[in-house]
Amino acid sequence: MGDHHHGPAKGLSRWLYTTNHKDIGTMYLWFSFAMFLLGGAFAMVIRAELFQPGMQLVEPGFFNQMTTLHGLVMVFGAIMPSFVGLANWLIPMMIGAPDMALPRMNNWSFWILPPAFLMLASTLLMEGGAPAFGWTFYAPLSTTYAPPSVTFFIFAIHILGVSSIMGSINIIATVMNMRAPGMTYMKMPLFVWTWLITAFLLVAVMPVLAGAVTMMLMDIHFGTSFFSAAGGGDPVLFQHIFWFFGHPEVYIIILPAFGVISQIIPAFSRKPLFGYASMVYATAAIAFLSFIVWAHHMYTVGMPVAGELFFMYATMLIAVPTGVKVFNWVTTMWRGAMTFETPMLFSIGFLVLFTIGGFTGLMLSIAPADFQYHDTYFVVAHFHYVMVAGAVFSMTAAIYFWLPKWTGRMYNETMGKVHFWVSFIGFNITFFPQHFVGLAGMPRRIPDYALQFADFNMMSSIGAFIYGASQLLFLYNVIAAIVAGEKVSDEKVWDGAEGLEWTLPSPPPYHTFETPPKIEEQPAH
Amino acid sequence: MRLSQDPAIDTVAKLGTVSVAMFAFVFVVMVPLYNVLCDALGINGKTSSEAYISLFAEVDETRSIKVQFIATNNDGMPWAFSPQVTEMLVHPGAANDTVFFAANPTINAMVAQAIPSVSPSRAAEYFHKTECFCFEQQPLDGNGEAEMPLQFIVDQELPADIKTITLSYTLFDVTSLMSGKVASR
Repeated sequence: MGDHHHGPAKGLSRWLYTTNHKDIGTMYLWFSFAMFLLGGAFAMVIRAELFQPGMQLVEPGFFNQMTTLHGLVMVFGAIMPSFVGLANWLIPMMIGAPDMALPRMNNWSFWILPPAFLMLASTLLMEGGAPAFGWTFYAPLSTTYAPPSVTFFIFAIHILGVSSIMGSINIIATVMNMRAPGMTYMKMPLFVWTWLITAFLLVAVMPVLAGAVTMMLMDIHFGTSFFSAAGGGDPVLFQHIFWFFGHPEVYIIILPAFGVISQIIPAFSRKPLFGYASMVYATAAIAFLSFIVWAHHMYTVGMPVAGELFFMYATMLIAVPTGVKVFNWVTTMWRGAMTFETPMLFSIGFLVLFTIGGFTGLMLSIAPADFQYHDTYFVVAHFHYVMVAGAVFSMTAAIYFWLPKWTGRMYNETMGKVHFWVSFIGFNITFFPQHFVGLAGMPRRIPDYALQFADFNMMSSIGAFIYGASQLLFLYNVIAAIVAGEKVSDEKVWDGAEGLEWTLPSPPPYHTFETPPKIEEQPAH
Repeated sequence: MRLSQDPAIDTVAKLGTVSVAMFAFVFVVMVPLYNVLCDALGINGKTSSEAYISLFAEVDETRSIKVQFIATNNDGMPWAFSPQVTEMLVHPGAANDTVFFAANPTINAMVAQAIPSVSPSRAAEYFHKTECFCFEQQPLDGNGEAEMPLQFIVDQELPADIKTITLSYTLFDVTSLMSGKVASR
């Protein structure tokens, strides 16, 4: 071995200065898990307050800070960085590249994240409290009526936006330039495809979010009136700009999850993915449609009928490519030699629950019906079915699936299965009743509610505590596997797993594919 | 077009340009486009921010439209603000005059800006103001009072199903808005 085959540096400097995609991926994953627990703690406060009607534990103002920070931390701190971490670990190994295209920028895009979230979390201790205007931070709540800490919130959004943009540029540059010879676009694993498309979405819309918060900053401090009617602006403009970012954002969150599921289901069905090309085109179609449906979040705000109809039909159209994906996953399992290890259980859980979330999404897309559902717990139930059972379940599946590859050690399968069932049941107890209270008219983002919603809310809270506790089991299982898990000798780990990363030893050496691998004629997906 | 010899750097430069362009897009395209669309289509009940140049037109005496006036103070605005009459019956095509009253009960000089909104919003593009106090800011000394004129024409093209138009003004305190610019509407 030559000199360049060195291992990692020792101590803290390894992590501070690392440009290694595996180290950075690991840091992203741990950071996002820490944020997942923090956001989860906020959710526990929310559910504890809602356990019974009436005001029990926290002040209404603090309750609003909790709902706001829960949303922000989960979306920007937990889900997005976790998938970036997965991309860092996997994309170079899946396309036969030695590392990411821009390793130093990679280091920077991770290391600016912790300060951003430290700043966001520190607003809790500031005078006037943390932002309390909801994660969607509609003006004028977030401008005229915002607490002084809003400025720190704005800078936190700026920083994590920069981080996301750099991360995505890096991913695109890697996929476009660093593929091993013979790894054509249509041979790339679907996880790489979905991330490539996601990265383009991020480059297109994160700057729009940055623009929105910059306008807020200017309205608050520099006397402009973008969102203030008094000066000739319009608060509705904020909602249009926000959702022009916000709708692609939900696909930014879910597309990598689709990629993960498209890797795992074939492995445990022991069949190649059904309809690979249609999966790629469906992903691209969803990404395109995500740009022309934003106003379905704003049906009740006031729009011409033609606008409502356009956004309604365009939104419903998304069900077509999404349906293609769901049917392809089901068809992949059809007559496969299926086994049900933990990653597969989470993937099937994803498939069932995400589909339910998709259907409630279709219900919400119907403009006249949305006037009833808007801003109720029905919406909360809908987006938790797609965010938690969608993104978080697929992320959990991914950790169980690739952990043995990354660490060379196996997690405890029984504990994994217990984790799945407790999560699955806890999740459904939490969010299924929220459909009912939502349809019955319980509004979201309130600390108290009418008595007739008491039973379902208590169920919801109990489910949330179960789901929350099950994540500690997950944490324990992962740590136990890393520290003392049974050694994995096989490179493939799972006998149905396909793809370049499974040709590497478990754990893979610090530097991999320094000479490009030979790509077989058989597609790698 | 190649921005660099290194293909990876080339990709980065292009994507960096795209992200900067998207940031600029918000300011130079989305904001003006939104305002133009709202003005042109009367979305959100926004009426034109400029005085209507009245054309000679037949007065349509076959129908009468009820025009209602609402005056609201924005949060924290201490002025007294009210219309002289709360509703008028007008013929499409005819010019109509009314006034709103404003009084500043505080001892400080203040500046106010009225923001109009028309309901139903479909009627906004048929509601023309030839003169309106909302076209400019209204300064008042402490304990000052003012009569603020409004002259408007309801277009003859107003859809037949619209029988009532509500014109609502919200009065904002703009004293602290540092810039001396006149609000655009």
